Amino acid sequence: MSPRTQVLLWGAQRISAMVLALCVLVHLVTMIYAVRSGLSAAEILGRTQGSAAWFAFYSLFVIAVAVHAPIGLRTILSEMFDWRGRGLDLLSGIIGVGLALWGMRAVYAVFGGGGA
Amino acid sequence: MENLQVKIWRGGEEGGYQEFSVPRQESQTVLDVVTYVQRKCDPTLAYRFACRVGVCGSCAMTVNGQSRWTCRTHVSKVAADNKLEIAPLRNLPVIKDLVTDMREFFDKWAKARGRFTGSKTRKDGFAAVSPESKERKRVDAGIECIGCGVCYSACDVVTWNKDYLGPAALNRAWTLVNDVRDTARAERLAAVAGDAGCHACHTHISCTERCPKGLSPTAGIAGLKRAVLTATLSGEI
Repeated sequence: MSPRTQVLLWGAQRISAMVLALCVLVHLVTMIYAVRSGLSAAEILGRTQGSAAWFAFYSLFVIAVAVHAPIGLRTILSEMFDWRGRGLDLLSGIIGVGLALWGMRAVYAVFGGGGA
Repeated sequence: MENLQVKIWRGGEEGGYQEFSVPRQESQTVLDVVTYVQRKCDPTLAYRFACRVGVCGSCAMTVNGQSRWTCRTHVSKVAADNKLEIAPLRNLPVIKDLVTDMREFFDKWAKARGRFTGSKTRKDGFAAVSPESKERKRVDAGIECIGCGVCYSACDVVTWNKDYLGPAALNRAWTLVNDVRDTARAERLAAVAGDAGCHACHTHISCTERCPKGLSPTAGIAGLKRAVLTATLSGEI
């Protein structure tokens, strides 16, 4: 991987961290509000499904996770196991795609038109 | 005054600590202790020093687990219970006893393009750089590095990533990036970019905490990260 790409990944990780900070805050506040109000899972799903705004918000959340986590994991693996090169980059990419797919599947189930 | 119990690393990469008893004296420095051991106890002890007054950067060692310049470190400041454990700097190959091989440390200054590149000749006049300009102030903040290697020894990222250029080389690059007379800005930013350069820094701030000159390589590295990203996005590098 070229130093130029490494720099862009570093930038992407910083920007995704800023997005995540906001997303985690909104997620926690919403979760605490839902629990304190005593809503059941069915009632929560009844309110979330079909909501385009929440679908967009949690899609952004998932994308930020899928960008942020593999870049950090790549650094951790590199430093812990002295591992560098194409194999490490490939694994990080696969983990990023996997996180995006799993996350979007959950987003679709909770905020999409129906069940998973 | 009681005697000091001093453990000193003997050997190379493999070795062990040897104990010495050294008379405690007022205003005694760690370098005084090492010198006493070498002159009075064991003349085969290898260590490095030159100026003894905090200018040359030769005498850095690991004292009770922390990297320090020994000539300006008073025993009273670091010897809890009159005990001292003195080892060579971390993150550098040990040649013998307290002497490390500093080549990789200084080679990385060269890799970070730590040499000034100008366009003027001796026939040109002096460059006028205002002491009030923000570039000059940034240079001032980092220019007093004496190359002692304390920051390099204190840095965990150097331990984990042998290619990492390290705080001193990056601090040097930052002073040159802000030198308005220098003409190799783009090449230097490219040299310090990426996984082996400034972007590997985790901002642990150990270098800043331990720098005997009170410099902040961390601040310089943060500046480099921003400058390199901006240059990458603008296509400068």
